[in-house]
Amino acid sequence: MIPAPFDYEVAESVDQAVELLGSRDDAKLLAGGHSLIPLLRLRFARPALLVDIGRMDDLRYVRDAGEQLAIGAMTRHNDLQHNPLVQEHTPILSHTAGLIGDPQVRHRGTIGGSVAHGDPASDLPTVLTALDADLVVRGPGGERTVPAEEFFRGVFETALGPQDVLTEIRIPKLGAAGWTYVKFTRRAQDWATVGVAAVVRRTNGTIDAAAIALTNMGPTPVRARAAEGALKTPDDAAGAANVVAQESDPPTDTSGSADYRRHLATVLARRALEEAISR
Amino acid sequence: MIAETRAEARDAAELVQVEYEPLPAVVDPERALEDGAPIVHDDFGTNSCYTWKLSAGDVDEEFGNASVVVKERYRQQRLIPNAMEPRGVIVQPFPATGELTMWSATQIPHIARVTLSMVTGVPEAKLRVVAPDVGGGFGSKLNVYAEEALALVLARKLGRPIKWIETRTEGYQATIHGRDQIQEIELAATSEGKIRAVRAKLTVAMGAYLQLVTPGVPLLGAWLYSGAYDVVAYDFECTGVFTTTTPTDAYRGAGRPEATYAIERAIDALARKVGKDPVEIRRLNFLREFPKTIASGLTVDSGDYDAHLDAALELLDYDAVRKDQAERRERRDTKEVGIGFSTYLEMCGLAPSRILGAIRYGAGGWDAATIRFLPTGTVQVLIGTSPHGQSHETTFAQIVADQLGVGYDEIEVLHGDTAVTPLGMDTYGSRSLTVGGIAVYKAAERIVEKARKIAAHQLEVGEDELAYDGGRFTANGGALTTKEIALQAWTAHNLPDGMEPGLEASYVFDPENFSWPAGTHIAVVEIDTETGNVDLIRYVAVDDVGKVINPDVVAGQIHGGVTQGVAQALWEEAVYDDDGNLITGSMVNYLVPSAAEVPSFELGSTETPSPTNPLGVKGVGETGTIASTAAVMNAVVDALSARGVTDIDMPATPERVWRAVKEVAS
Repeated sequence: MIPAPFDYEVAESVDQAVELLGSRDDAKLLAGGHSLIPLLRLRFARPALLVDIGRMDDLRYVRDAGEQLAIGAMTRHNDLQHNPLVQEHTPILSHTAGLIGDPQVRHRGTIGGSVAHGDPASDLPTVLTALDADLVVRGPGGERTVPAEEFFRGVFETALGPQDVLTEIRIPKLGAAGWTYVKFTRRAQDWATVGVAAVVRRTNGTIDAAAIALTNMGPTPVRARAAEGALKTPDDAAGAANVVAQESDPPTDTSGSADYRRHLATVLARRALEEAISR
Repeated sequence: MIAETRAEARDAAELVQVEYEPLPAVVDPERALEDGAPIVHDDFGTNSCYTWKLSAGDVDEEFGNASVVVKERYRQQRLIPNAMEPRGVIVQPFPATGELTMWSATQIPHIARVTLSMVTGVPEAKLRVVAPDVGGGFGSKLNVYAEEALALVLARKLGRPIKWIETRTEGYQATIHGRDQIQEIELAATSEGKIRAVRAKLTVAMGAYLQLVTPGVPLLGAWLYSGAYDVVAYDFECTGVFTTTTPTDAYRGAGRPEATYAIERAIDALARKVGKDPVEIRRLNFLREFPKTIASGLTVDSGDYDAHLDAALELLDYDAVRKDQAERRERRDTKEVGIGFSTYLEMCGLAPSRILGAIRYGAGGWDAATIRFLPTGTVQVLIGTSPHGQSHETTFAQIVADQLGVGYDEIEVLHGDTAVTPLGMDTYGSRSLTVGGIAVYKAAERIVEKARKIAAHQLEVGEDELAYDGGRFTANGGALTTKEIALQAWTAHNLPDGMEPGLEASYVFDPENFSWPAGTHIAVVEIDTETGNVDLIRYVAVDDVGKVINPDVVAGQIHGGVTQGVAQALWEEAVYDDDGNLITGSMVNYLVPSAAEVPSFELGSTETPSPTNPLGVKGVGETGTIASTAAVMNAVVDALSARGVTDIDMPATPERVWRAVKEVAS
């Protein structure tokens, strides 16, 4: 790999990272590198300065924060997959992390990097959107919390400002809710052609609440509100799935046309809802 | 851009601003032949590069009399070879002597030297080309590229070493592609499904310029459009067409996968039309007596097609899979199962030099070996073929060890260096063992012949009184080993009168025929008719590649080859937009499968030795790729045939399958 020339600094703390990001125009954070490095290789990304937070192990944690789990931004996908707290309280996240890329990717890639990159084909942003996660951001003005649904703004665009560092992801515990994430790929390690996250809370014959979010069905993760509203009883999976693509604006690319993606989302949503309802 | 480091060169190259004047693009070979299509080369006034025909028997009469005619049209999509190691070249000049040494990631150090010498004017004798351990080629390195000539010329001009390494993206753009042809195939058959005649017509994209063997590649399949089947009349026509795309050229199988695909798909279409099982129709049409001169004019050396078909059916448990298929249909399962056959026949081991001449290939088809038995009892085997992943070091050492009675670890197989090895024709077309391996075998025979003379002389017996086994000559209680004789030959103190000292022999072998591997491959796919996803769930391959020297090496070739052919059926496709931009510019959207995408292959083998070479071997480097694409696509169509689907373009993407299912349902 021969990227365009850049300067390189290692940040020892979040505050130092924020400061370094402010020291130059066009500075970029480097976490696990699995999104940024390929862009550097192709010279699509040409930052003047790379601020490496890859050695900041104090951002690599999973903590029980009462109603929520608090997950450090530098937590690797492999950690999410195997961490007992994640497995107990947000098993959908553990399950989804295990579907990302391949073992090498899962050992290097981080949840914070995946979220901050804002790629609509990534799995974790969709799951966090379905889970109503909060994203904790530190910037020059201090710390703030952004709901996942407001965080993603467009393709590779997020609520992060040039000097912001995503530090923590807070996720409500799932409790007894049924869940799943269904991902359709051409090859095992590909990005999702379409992915569907479903979380369903039910009391016997009634659905109390449902959250459905879609991967690669628009410039950001898509919350399928119409389908959520259509899911009133456990028998409504197919009906809800039929309207799951209503809010979406899927791309056409070599993995499939927009029409095919809408169809695929419907099939996958029906399967996901049936699984989530029965779990 | 030449610089001291790669990084500097890359940065400096960015400073070059090129203003391109866009020319009209034409990326599709049929479109390129239409009136008004943009002309790629104004000088020619047409995009038609050539038309080549082969005709035998009264085809028109057979079609006129046929009870059943099947007419099919298939598209061989464009493929990108994807050798593990990209291309790369280093040239070291030696200004004092005027010599230049080139290390190149190539399959063809010998042909490269000839060609580069002609192109650059560097005298052939001053040029040494070394192909070190090369990380695969699949035909893409059966070529001489502009970068090699440039590196050579620049090194000569600057008097300094020049190095160039391709990036993967450059490779996708500028290293040759494979396939890209439209096939029309017609079968004339009796009402029972006995094929009488085959007509095949190809329209093949050459790309914008011809690389080393671009126009010849589709012609390597010219004789094979009747497959393993006995027909009386045969008609083949191929038109090469200039397009504004990367040149096509040899890609694993080169012409034969395309031919196999067409005939194997078409015979399934015929089976559906006459209401026969795909197994039954194949048995009805198999070639059965060998050697057999087929309708297209070449002679198939040997084979027993029923044997490998039987073996494959047994491995598969055919009836059980058909039962599963029927039950799924019975219960209207959304997941259908399909079974696809490919009872392929291919010709490889390039080849008789005179046949290569007939298709205007610029070189011969022979190959060479020299065996040098060293005084202390180890052996150098110098070969003209140039492995890049085929395990010549193992297989050729086995051949020599068996004959000379020395251990594998006492044999060094040296290759890929024009300063070390005899002149050869390199490695492609599954030729190394069937041509180069025979040269090794024959050279070893000559060593044994000479050693026998020395043994007879020293043991004071007649040559015919000597027994020879395991590297040891014995007679009347006396014995000499080949190693002892090697030392004797070197000291030359006591040799027969007039004998040249030394124990070294060479052989150059020009085969009298191609070798004709055949086999039965069976793919079983499960198709999710809701998503369109095709899952290859089983793959059975029973190959007859003649005598097998090393079963693991053969299995490795079949595994890799099958996966590569499956990839054409299900994943890989180089896509250009209408402006001639390559859309699939990286492995992100050019889908090379990994081990996770394919099942464990179930391999079997049968063996009918080739009578045209003393080892009885046939080639195996391409059989997997030649066979598997058709097997998988036949399985895909078979799975959906009850719904009325008769064809799906390759690759059978989920979207294409979904659309095909939707279309027949509406």
